[in-house]
Amino acid sequence: MSARFAAGDRVRVRKAYPPGHVRTPYYVRGKEGVVSRLIAEHPNPEERAYGRDGLPPIAVYGVLFRQNELWPDYQGPEGDTTEVDIQEHWLGPLKDDGG
Amino acid sequence: MSETHSHDDWPYPHPKQPDIEDGPLTDYMAMTEAVAELLIDKEVFSADDMRRTLEDIDSKSPAEGARMVARAWLDPDFKARMLEDVNAAAEEMSIDAGTIPILAVENTKDVHNVIVCTLCSCYPRYLLGLPPDWYKSRAYRSRLVREPRAVLAEFGTEIPDAVEVRVHDSTAELRYMILPMRPKGTGDMDEDALAGLVTRDCMIGVTVIDRD
Amino acid sequence: MRRHHDMGGLDAGPVDPAEHDYTPWEKRVDAILRLLAGKERRLITLDEHRRAIEDLGPGAYDELSYYERWISAITKLLIEKGVISVDELGGKMEDVKARWQEARE
Repeated sequence: MSARFAAGDRVRVRKAYPPGHVRTPYYVRGKEGVVSRLIAEHPNPEERAYGRDGLPPIAVYGVLFRQNELWPDYQGPEGDTTEVDIQEHWLGPLKDDGG
Repeated sequence: MSETHSHDDWPYPHPKQPDIEDGPLTDYMAMTEAVAELLIDKEVFSADDMRRTLEDIDSKSPAEGARMVARAWLDPDFKARMLEDVNAAAEEMSIDAGTIPILAVENTKDVHNVIVCTLCSCYPRYLLGLPPDWYKSRAYRSRLVREPRAVLAEFGTEIPDAVEVRVHDSTAELRYMILPMRPKGTGDMDEDALAGLVTRDCMIGVTVIDRD
Repeated sequence: MRRHHDMGGLDAGPVDPAEHDYTPWEKRVDAILRLLAGKERRLITLDEHRRAIEDLGPGAYDELSYYERWISAITKLLIEKGVISVDELGGKMEDVKARWQEARE
Protein backbone atom coordinates (compact mmCIF):
# COMPACT_ATOMS: atom_id res chain seq x y z
CA MET A 1 0.00 0.00 0.00
CA SER A 2 1.28 3.46 -0.74
CA ALA A 3 1.00 6.46 1.50
CA ARG A 4 -1.76 8.85 0.52
CA PHE A 5 -0.29 11.96 2.09
CA ALA A 6 3.10 13.63 2.07
CA ALA A 7 4.83 16.09 4.37
CA GLY A 8 3.27 19.52 3.99
CA ASP A 9 -0.21 18.26 3.07
CA ARG A 10 -3.06 19.90 4.92
CA VAL A 11 -5.40 17.35 6.43
CA ARG A 12 -8.47 17.16 8.58
CA VAL A 13 -8.90 14.45 11.20
CA ARG A 14 -12.05 12.38 10.87
CA LYS A 15 -14.74 13.45 13.29
CA ALA A 16 -15.83 10.10 14.64
CA TYR A 17 -16.32 8.73 18.11
CA PRO A 18 -16.28 4.93 17.97
CA PRO A 19 -16.52 3.24 21.36
CA GLY A 20 -13.63 0.75 20.95
CA HIS A 21 -9.83 0.94 20.99
CA VAL A 22 -8.71 3.81 18.77
CA ARG A 23 -5.40 5.67 18.55
CA THR A 24 -6.60 9.11 17.59
CA PRO A 25 -7.12 11.27 20.66
CA TYR A 26 -10.50 12.89 21.14
CA TYR A 27 -9.11 16.42 21.15
CA VAL A 28 -7.82 16.31 17.56
CA ARG A 29 -10.93 14.84 15.94
CA GLY A 30 -12.40 17.16 13.34
CA LYS A 31 -9.33 19.40 13.58
CA GLU A 32 -7.13 20.69 10.81
CA GLY A 33 -3.41 20.02 10.74
CA VAL A 34 -0.39 19.67 8.49
CA VAL A 35 1.43 16.40 7.83
CA SER A 36 4.95 16.74 9.23
CA ARG A 37 6.24 13.31 8.27
CA LEU A 38 5.33 9.85 7.18
CA ILE A 39 6.42 7.77 10.15
CA ALA A 40 6.01 4.23 8.81
CA GLU A 41 3.46 1.69 7.75
CA HIS A 42 2.34 -0.58 10.56
CA PRO A 43 -0.24 -3.28 11.11
CA ASN A 44 -3.34 -1.46 12.29
CA PRO A 45 -3.28 -1.39 16.12
CA GLU A 46 -7.02 -0.75 16.19
CA GLU A 47 -7.40 -4.26 14.71
CA ARG A 48 -4.51 -5.88 16.57
CA ALA A 49 -6.03 -4.71 19.84
CA TYR A 50 -8.76 -7.31 19.28
CA GLY A 51 -6.44 -10.18 18.39
CA ARG A 52 -6.49 -9.78 14.61
CA ASP A 53 -3.39 -9.31 12.46
CA GLY A 54 -4.08 -5.72 11.44
CA LEU A 55 -3.04 -6.35 7.85
CA PRO A 56 -2.58 -4.75 5.41
CA PRO A 57 -0.27 -2.30 7.16
CA ILE A 58 -1.47 1.25 7.33
CA ALA A 59 0.51 4.47 7.07
CA VAL A 60 1.05 6.52 10.23
CA TYR A 61 1.87 10.22 9.96
CA GLY A 62 3.09 12.89 12.29
CA VAL A 63 0.49 15.63 12.07
CA LEU A 64 1.19 19.10 13.41
CA PHE A 65 -1.68 21.15 14.84
CA ARG A 66 -1.65 24.78 15.86
CA GLN A 67 -2.70 25.08 19.47
CA ASN A 68 -5.16 27.80 18.44
CA GLU A 69 -6.87 25.25 16.18
CA LEU A 70 -7.13 22.65 18.94
CA TRP A 71 -8.18 25.06 21.69
CA PRO A 72 -9.91 28.24 20.54
CA ASP A 73 -9.26 29.76 23.96
CA TYR A 74 -5.55 28.86 23.99
CA GLN A 75 -3.70 31.31 26.19
CA GLY A 76 -0.16 30.94 24.85
CA PRO A 77 1.62 32.44 21.84
CA GLU A 78 0.32 31.98 18.29
CA GLY A 79 3.22 29.73 17.28
CA ASP A 80 2.68 26.92 19.80
CA THR A 81 1.85 23.50 18.38
CA THR A 82 1.07 19.89 19.21
CA GLU A 83 2.22 16.99 17.08
CA VAL A 84 0.25 13.75 17.12
CA ASP A 85 0.89 10.43 15.37
CA ILE A 86 -2.21 9.59 13.33
CA GLN A 87 -3.11 6.67 11.11
CA GLU A 88 -4.11 7.28 7.53
CA HIS A 89 -7.71 6.11 7.87
CA TRP A 90 -8.29 8.89 10.39
CA LEU A 91 -7.20 11.58 7.91
CA GLY A 92 -8.89 13.27 4.98
CA PRO A 93 -7.59 15.94 2.62
CA LEU A 94 -8.47 19.49 3.45
CA LYS A 95 -10.51 21.09 0.72
CA ASP A 96 -10.03 24.71 -0.31
CA ASP A 97 -13.22 25.77 1.40
CA GLY A 98 -11.75 24.46 4.64
CA GLY A 99 -14.18 21.54 4.69
CA MET B 1 22.38 -9.38 45.13
CA SER B 2 23.25 -9.97 48.76
CA GLU B 3 19.69 -10.40 50.00
CA THR B 4 18.78 -13.22 47.67
CA HIS B 5 16.98 -16.09 49.34
CA SER B 6 14.41 -18.65 48.39
CA HIS B 7 11.42 -20.35 49.91
CA ASP B 8 10.75 -24.01 49.41
CA ASP B 9 9.06 -24.35 46.05
CA TRP B 10 9.23 -20.61 45.40
CA PRO B 11 10.02 -20.76 41.72
CA TYR B 12 12.98 -18.44 41.65
CA PRO B 13 15.34 -16.86 44.09
CA HIS B 14 14.58 -13.20 44.41
CA PRO B 15 15.80 -10.21 46.35
CA LYS B 16 14.08 -9.52 49.64
CA GLN B 17 10.85 -7.75 48.92
CA PRO B 18 10.00 -5.26 51.63
CA ASP B 19 6.77 -4.40 49.88
CA ILE B 20 5.56 -7.97 50.03
CA GLU B 21 7.16 -9.27 53.14
CA ASP B 22 6.74 -6.30 55.45
CA GLY B 23 3.57 -4.73 54.10
CA PRO B 24 0.22 -6.24 53.26
CA LEU B 25 0.06 -8.64 50.33
CA THR B 26 -2.55 -7.13 48.07
CA ASP B 27 -4.66 -9.18 45.67
CA TYR B 28 -2.77 -7.64 42.78
CA MET B 29 0.60 -8.62 44.22
CA ALA B 30 -0.70 -12.15 44.74
CA MET B 31 -2.05 -12.12 41.19
CA THR B 32 1.34 -11.04 39.87
CA GLU B 33 3.16 -13.83 41.70
CA ALA B 34 0.53 -16.36 40.68
CA VAL B 35 0.65 -15.38 36.99
CA ALA B 36 4.46 -15.49 37.01
CA GLU B 37 4.49 -18.92 38.63
CA LEU B 38 1.85 -20.32 36.29
CA LEU B 39 3.71 -19.09 33.22
CA ILE B 40 6.94 -20.60 34.51
CA ASP B 41 5.17 -23.89 35.37
CA LYS B 42 3.78 -23.98 31.85
CA GLU B 43 7.18 -23.17 30.40
CA VAL B 44 5.89 -20.08 28.64
CA PHE B 45 9.09 -18.58 29.96
CA SER B 46 11.65 -19.72 32.49
CA ALA B 47 12.65 -18.41 35.87
CA ASP B 48 15.92 -17.44 34.23
CA ASP B 49 14.09 -15.42 31.59
CA MET B 50 12.30 -13.63 34.39
CA ARG B 51 15.49 -12.90 36.26
CA ARG B 52 17.25 -11.63 33.16
CA THR B 53 14.33 -9.39 32.26
CA LEU B 54 14.26 -7.91 35.75
CA GLU B 55 17.98 -7.26 35.53
CA ASP B 56 17.44 -5.64 32.18
CA ILE B 57 14.74 -3.37 33.59
CA ASP B 58 17.04 -2.38 36.43
CA SER B 59 19.90 -1.69 34.04
CA LYS B 60 17.93 0.96 32.15
CA SER B 61 18.13 4.48 33.43
CA PRO B 62 18.24 8.00 32.04
CA ALA B 63 22.02 7.58 31.96
CA GLU B 64 21.61 5.70 28.67
CA GLY B 65 19.82 8.58 27.02
CA ALA B 66 22.20 11.09 28.61
CA ARG B 67 25.24 9.39 27.08
CA MET B 68 23.64 9.64 23.66
CA VAL B 69 22.81 13.31 24.11
CA ALA B 70 26.39 14.08 25.17
CA ARG B 71 27.77 12.21 22.17
CA ALA B 72 25.39 14.09 19.87
CA TRP B 73 26.59 17.42 21.27
CA LEU B 74 30.21 16.51 20.57
CA ASP B 75 29.83 14.72 17.25
CA PRO B 76 27.64 16.35 14.58
CA ASP B 77 27.73 13.21 12.42
CA PHE B 78 26.49 11.10 15.31
CA LYS B 79 23.82 13.68 16.01
CA ALA B 80 22.61 13.48 12.41
CA ARG B 81 22.43 9.69 12.67
CA MET B 82 20.63 9.92 16.00
CA LEU B 83 18.02 12.30 14.62
CA GLU B 84 17.58 9.89 11.71
CA ASP B 85 17.36 6.67 13.75
CA VAL B 86 17.82 6.64 17.52
CA ASN B 87 17.75 2.87 17.82
CA ALA B 88 20.56 2.41 15.32
CA ALA B 89 22.59 5.24 16.85
CA ALA B 90 22.15 3.63 20.27
CA GLU B 91 23.52 0.37 18.93
CA GLU B 92 26.70 2.16 17.86
CA MET B 93 27.21 2.93 21.55
CA SER B 94 26.26 -0.63 22.58
CA ILE B 95 23.03 0.65 24.08
CA ASP B 96 19.97 -1.54 23.51
CA ALA B 97 17.18 0.88 22.67
CA GLY B 98 14.65 -1.91 22.19
CA THR B 99 12.57 -2.75 19.16
CA ILE B 100 10.05 0.09 19.35
CA PRO B 101 11.33 2.96 17.21
CA ILE B 102 12.34 6.05 19.15
CA LEU B 103 12.39 9.48 17.57
CA ALA B 104 14.69 12.16 18.95
CA VAL B 105 13.42 15.69 18.54
CA GLU B 106 15.87 18.50 18.89
CA ASN B 107 15.35 21.60 20.97
CA THR B 108 16.61 24.72 19.23
CA LYS B 109 16.56 28.43 19.97
CA ASP B 110 13.23 28.51 18.12
CA VAL B 111 11.45 25.35 19.31
CA HIS B 112 11.11 23.75 22.72
CA ASN B 113 9.76 20.19 22.59
CA VAL B 114 8.03 18.23 25.35
CA ILE B 115 6.52 14.75 25.35
CA VAL B 116 3.35 13.19 26.73
CA CYS B 117 1.12 10.22 26.00
CA THR B 118 -2.46 11.32 26.55
CA LEU B 119 -4.00 7.91 25.77
CA CYS B 120 -1.81 5.75 27.98
CA SER B 121 1.75 6.38 29.17
CA CYS B 122 4.06 5.55 26.27
CA TYR B 123 7.62 6.39 27.24
CA PRO B 124 11.09 5.58 25.86
CA ARG B 125 11.76 3.01 28.61
CA TYR B 126 14.77 1.49 26.94
CA LEU B 127 16.62 4.79 27.00
CA LEU B 128 15.20 6.52 30.05
CA GLY B 129 14.15 3.66 32.33
CA LEU B 130 10.68 3.40 33.86
CA PRO B 131 8.64 6.60 33.71
CA PRO B 132 8.22 8.92 36.70
CA ASP B 133 4.83 8.79 38.42
CA TRP B 134 3.83 12.25 37.30
CA TYR B 135 4.33 11.31 33.63
CA LYS B 136 1.57 8.73 34.06
CA SER B 137 -0.69 11.00 36.10
CA ARG B 138 -4.09 12.24 35.03
CA ALA B 139 -2.96 15.84 35.58
CA TYR B 140 0.04 15.63 33.25
CA ARG B 141 -1.73 13.57 30.59
CA SER B 142 -4.77 15.88 30.61
CA ARG B 143 -3.18 19.27 30.83
CA LEU B 144 0.07 19.20 28.86
CA VAL B 145 -1.58 19.38 25.44
CA ARG B 146 -3.91 22.21 26.43
CA GLU B 147 -1.76 24.39 28.66
CA PRO B 148 1.82 23.29 28.12
CA ARG B 149 3.35 26.52 29.37
CA ALA B 150 1.42 26.34 32.63
CA VAL B 151 2.57 22.75 33.17
CA LEU B 152 6.16 23.65 32.31
CA ALA B 153 5.96 26.51 34.80
CA GLU B 154 5.04 23.98 37.49
CA PHE B 155 8.39 22.34 36.73
CA GLY B 156 10.07 25.73 37.04
CA THR B 157 10.52 26.05 33.29
CA GLU B 158 9.75 29.34 31.56
CA ILE B 159 9.97 29.32 27.78
CA PRO B 160 10.05 32.78 26.13
CA ASP B 161 6.99 33.61 24.03
CA ALA B 162 9.14 33.92 20.91
CA VAL B 163 10.02 30.22 21.21
CA GLU B 164 7.46 27.73 19.90
CA VAL B 165 6.41 25.15 22.47
CA ARG B 166 5.74 21.91 20.62
CA VAL B 167 4.03 19.09 22.47
CA HIS B 168 4.47 15.54 21.13
CA ASP B 169 1.58 13.26 21.98
CA SER B 170 3.02 9.80 21.42
CA THR B 171 -0.12 7.83 20.76
CA ALA B 172 0.98 5.30 18.23
CA GLU B 173 4.06 3.49 17.02
CA LEU B 174 6.84 5.81 18.10
CA ARG B 175 8.40 6.79 21.35
CA TYR B 176 9.94 10.24 21.67
CA MET B 177 12.92 11.65 23.47
CA ILE B 178 14.16 15.22 23.49
CA LEU B 179 17.65 16.19 22.42
CA PRO B 180 18.16 19.21 24.68
CA MET B 181 20.27 22.24 23.76
CA ARG B 182 23.85 22.14 24.91
CA PRO B 183 24.29 24.73 27.64
CA LYS B 184 26.67 27.61 27.12
CA GLY B 185 30.06 27.49 28.79
CA THR B 186 30.52 23.76 28.35
CA GLY B 187 33.08 23.95 25.55
CA ASP B 188 35.82 22.32 27.59
CA MET B 189 33.77 19.44 28.92
CA ASP B 190 34.25 15.84 27.78
CA GLU B 191 31.51 13.35 27.02
CA ASP B 192 31.20 12.00 30.55
CA ALA B 193 31.03 15.45 32.07
CA LEU B 194 28.44 16.55 29.52
CA ALA B 195 26.36 13.41 30.11
CA GLY B 196 26.35 14.33 33.77
CA LEU B 197 24.44 17.51 32.92
CA VAL B 198 21.67 15.72 31.06
CA THR B 199 18.73 14.91 33.30
CA ARG B 200 15.78 12.65 32.66
CA ASP B 201 13.40 15.60 32.86
CA CYS B 202 15.20 17.58 30.17
CA MET B 203 14.95 14.53 27.89
CA ILE B 204 11.19 14.50 28.56
CA GLY B 205 11.21 18.23 27.88
CA VAL B 206 9.70 19.50 31.12
CA THR B 207 12.95 21.21 32.06
CA VAL B 208 15.88 22.77 30.31
CA ILE B 209 19.45 22.30 31.43
CA ASP B 210 20.27 24.92 33.95
CA ARG B 211 23.88 25.53 34.91
CA ASP B 212 24.50 27.66 37.91
CA MET C 1 -18.40 8.93 22.90
CA ARG C 2 -15.35 10.13 24.75
CA ARG C 3 -13.65 7.30 26.58
CA HIS C 4 -12.33 7.85 30.07
CA HIS C 5 -8.68 7.10 29.27
CA ASP C 6 -8.70 9.64 26.41
CA MET C 7 -8.02 12.60 28.65
CA GLY C 8 -5.96 15.06 26.60
CA GLY C 9 -7.25 18.59 27.21
CA LEU C 10 -9.45 17.88 30.22
CA ASP C 11 -9.23 20.01 33.34
CA ALA C 12 -7.12 18.62 36.14
CA GLY C 13 -5.22 19.93 39.12
CA PRO C 14 -1.51 20.67 39.36
CA VAL C 15 1.00 17.99 38.44
CA ASP C 16 2.20 16.27 41.61
CA PRO C 17 5.97 15.95 41.26
CA ALA C 18 6.27 13.23 43.94
CA GLU C 19 7.83 9.99 42.74
CA HIS C 20 8.22 6.56 44.28
CA ASP C 21 10.84 3.94 43.60
CA TYR C 22 9.31 1.06 41.73
CA THR C 23 8.82 -1.92 44.00
CA PRO C 24 9.89 -5.44 43.06
CA TRP C 25 6.35 -6.60 42.35
CA GLU C 26 5.76 -3.65 40.01
CA LYS C 27 8.92 -4.51 38.11
CA ARG C 28 7.75 -8.11 38.01
CA VAL C 29 4.57 -6.99 36.25
CA ASP C 30 6.65 -5.06 33.76
CA ALA C 31 8.88 -8.09 33.19
CA ILE C 32 5.91 -10.41 32.61
CA LEU C 33 4.56 -8.12 29.90
CA ARG C 34 7.97 -7.72 28.26
CA LEU C 35 8.37 -11.48 28.14
CA LEU C 36 4.87 -12.13 26.79
CA ALA C 37 4.92 -9.34 24.19
CA GLY C 38 8.57 -9.75 23.15
CA LYS C 39 9.44 -11.03 19.74
CA GLU C 40 10.37 -14.47 21.06
CA ARG C 41 6.79 -15.16 22.18
CA ARG C 42 4.32 -12.57 20.95
CA LEU C 43 1.58 -14.05 23.12
CA ILE C 44 0.13 -10.63 23.83
CA THR C 45 0.43 -7.51 21.70
CA LEU C 46 0.87 -4.14 23.35
CA ASP C 47 -2.25 -3.10 21.43
CA GLU C 48 -4.27 -5.84 23.12
CA HIS C 49 -2.79 -4.84 26.43
CA ARG C 50 -3.82 -1.23 25.97
CA ARG C 51 -7.30 -2.29 24.92
CA ALA C 52 -7.65 -4.49 27.99
CA ILE C 53 -6.56 -1.63 30.27
CA GLU C 54 -9.01 0.77 28.65
CA ASP C 55 -11.77 -1.80 29.03
CA LEU C 56 -11.31 -1.90 32.79
CA GLY C 57 -13.82 0.93 32.73
CA PRO C 58 -13.78 4.34 34.38
CA GLY C 59 -14.10 3.13 37.98
CA ALA C 60 -11.31 0.58 38.05
CA TYR C 61 -9.14 2.60 35.70
CA ASP C 62 -8.87 5.45 38.18
CA GLU C 63 -8.98 3.37 41.33
CA LEU C 64 -6.18 0.97 40.47
CA SER C 65 -2.53 1.93 40.41
CA TYR C 66 -0.63 1.80 37.15
CA TYR C 67 0.80 -1.68 37.58
CA GLU C 68 -2.45 -2.96 39.09
CA ARG C 69 -4.08 -1.98 35.80
CA TRP C 70 -1.28 -3.72 33.94
CA ILE C 71 -1.50 -7.05 35.76
CA SER C 72 -5.31 -7.01 35.57
CA ALA C 73 -5.12 -6.58 31.82
CA ILE C 74 -2.37 -9.17 31.35
CA THR C 75 -4.30 -11.70 33.41
CA LYS C 76 -7.53 -11.13 31.51
CA LEU C 77 -5.77 -11.58 28.16
CA LEU C 78 -4.00 -14.77 29.30
CA ILE C 79 -7.35 -16.23 30.36
CA GLU C 80 -9.07 -15.15 27.14
CA LYS C 81 -6.30 -16.74 25.10
CA GLY C 82 -6.47 -19.97 27.07
CA VAL C 83 -2.91 -19.71 28.37
CA ILE C 84 -4.12 -19.96 31.96
CA SER C 85 -7.53 -20.79 33.40
CA VAL C 86 -9.52 -18.96 36.05
CA ASP C 87 -9.31 -22.00 38.32
CA GLU C 88 -5.55 -22.31 38.00
CA LEU C 89 -5.19 -18.64 38.76
CA GLY C 90 -7.45 -18.83 41.80
CA GLY C 91 -5.62 -21.86 43.15
CA LYS C 92 -2.20 -20.34 42.63
CA MET C 93 -3.22 -17.07 44.27
CA GLU C 94 -4.32 -19.03 47.33
CA ASP C 95 -0.92 -20.78 47.37
CA VAL C 96 0.90 -17.50 47.14
CA LYS C 97 -1.13 -16.00 49.98
CA ALA C 98 -0.66 -19.08 52.17
CA ARG C 99 3.09 -19.06 51.60
CA TRP C 100 3.28 -15.37 52.38
CA GLN C 101 1.34 -15.90 55.61
CA GLU C 102 3.60 -18.78 56.55
CA ALA C 103 6.73 -16.72 55.91
CA ARG C 104 5.49 -14.12 58.40
CA GLU C 105 4.79 -16.59 61.19
